[in-house]
Amino acid sequence: MIIACPFCGPRDLSEFTYCGDADNLAARPDPAATDQAAWNAYVYDRTNPAGEHAEIWQHSGGCRKFLRVVRSTVTHEIESAEMVGPKA
Amino acid sequence: MQIAGGVPKGLSSMAEYSALSIVKNALTGNRDWKPAWRKPEPKPAYDVIIIGGGGHGLSTAYYLASEFGVRNVAVLEKGWVGSGNIGRNTTIVRSNYLLPGNTPFYEHSMKLWENLSHELNYNVMFSQRGIINLFHTPAQEDDHARRGNAMILQGVDARFVRPPELKRRVPALNVSGSSRFPILGGLEQPRAGTARHDAVAWGYARGADRRGVDIIENCEVTGFVREGDQVTGVETSRGRIHARKVAVAVAGSTSRVMAMAGIERLPIESHVLQAFVTESVKPCLDTVVTYGGGHLYISQSDKGSLVFGGDIDGYNSYAQRGNLPIVEDVMSEVLELFPAFAKLRLLRSWGGIMDMSMDGSPIITRGPLPGLYLNAGWCYGGFKATPASGWCFAHTIARDEPHPFNAPFTLDRFHRGTVIDEKGQGATPWKH
Repeated sequence: MIIACPFCGPRDLSEFTYCGDADNLAARPDPAATDQAAWNAYVYDRTNPAGEHAEIWQHSGGCRKFLRVVRSTVTHEIESAEMVGPKA
Repeated sequence: MQIAGGVPKGLSSMAEYSALSIVKNALTGNRDWKPAWRKPEPKPAYDVIIIGGGGHGLSTAYYLASEFGVRNVAVLEKGWVGSGNIGRNTTIVRSNYLLPGNTPFYEHSMKLWENLSHELNYNVMFSQRGIINLFHTPAQEDDHARRGNAMILQGVDARFVRPPELKRRVPALNVSGSSRFPILGGLEQPRAGTARHDAVAWGYARGADRRGVDIIENCEVTGFVREGDQVTGVETSRGRIHARKVAVAVAGSTSRVMAMAGIERLPIESHVLQAFVTESVKPCLDTVVTYGGGHLYISQSDKGSLVFGGDIDGYNSYAQRGNLPIVEDVMSEVLELFPAFAKLRLLRSWGGIMDMSMDGSPIITRGPLPGLYLNAGWCYGGFKATPASGWCFAHTIARDEPHPFNAPFTLDRFHRGTVIDEKGQGATPWKH
């Protein structure tokens, strides 16, 4: 698998660290919230789709930026890779 | 506690496979062997439908019929029997766990393994050659001592192996002290070992079939039949089939199948795990060895091939094939332990889809809908669990309550704070 880092260009999988389901990470409850069910769902439950999956990768062996990658979990084909976070 | 086996019954009295039957069939040109299982057309309705004709689905069907008196059962398999993870694993059987939730279950499995060939009248080639978990630092030694003591306290066999004995037992192992992580010793479970994985699927399929279970291959489930919340059957590529109870045992495809029942989110991620096999060589490794400086488990098959694997690739995948960084990682671990294996050629590698749960432990439970039963979340460890998984799942389906062995493996444990996290890794399934 080769991920096209928007900053560094196409780089090998071995340079990246997987951080999980992007939609789930984006749906984190407000840290001040005390809704147990919402926190449980955020921490433990995943949609785990077969097909298109949005996920966060860090280019830990490169620019160290966090990327939102849309990738097929069936073919490993990567559709897009964009920077995320406050400095994206 | 009631344990299946002990006294072989049913099949063994038939002794369909025996030295005598081999001679007898040889005399008649081997024309009279019966197929190991029938190829029945699906009936309109069953008491129990099991989705998934892998190891766990077939063993569930076998124990439903043999132990719990439920014989009107169908196993629906999308492909063919044994086409999934039961034929893709590295065949290791062990019960060397730390936590009380895990140990009784896996030890029950070990006891079923010890009598399985006899019980099924089918040689699953279960070989108790032992497993040695190597440790490389004093902290790791303490950790292994703790686990070994926990095992002994729970009635499981465990002992320490020191480098002089390791050198004798595993001559190819580099115990010279020159390696990156010198070997200080190992924790051995002498009763652990390996089994022939395909034979396990075939043996359970045959045993279930002989007791009246319909094993229906090339039958893909495409939806669930519901009356309100109640699950009352399945839609399949071969028509609608009704059932009082529908049981799901589909490993890496759990999320996909459960989504058809309207369960959109589960504490599971599917990940690809690769395995490798080398060309055959003379016997050189007669136990299972695992590496503590990384993640590697290796044994030698009866054909002489070295069979091994390491970490999952570490990203969600349904592809049944992995990428090269893990290949390189696993190979470097093999050579760290066994420098001489550098001369071997790799014959094959392949991938299987692991249903990685959020705490690294399985789910065997009623629900989450009425009429539905779920067996999932096996992570790396499904093969060794095959007998106990089927046995406990059959108990849960037949009696509508879990056996104490699988009572901790609920689906709602994640929301109740009673996770069984053997590795203490938290809800990062790709790190279990």
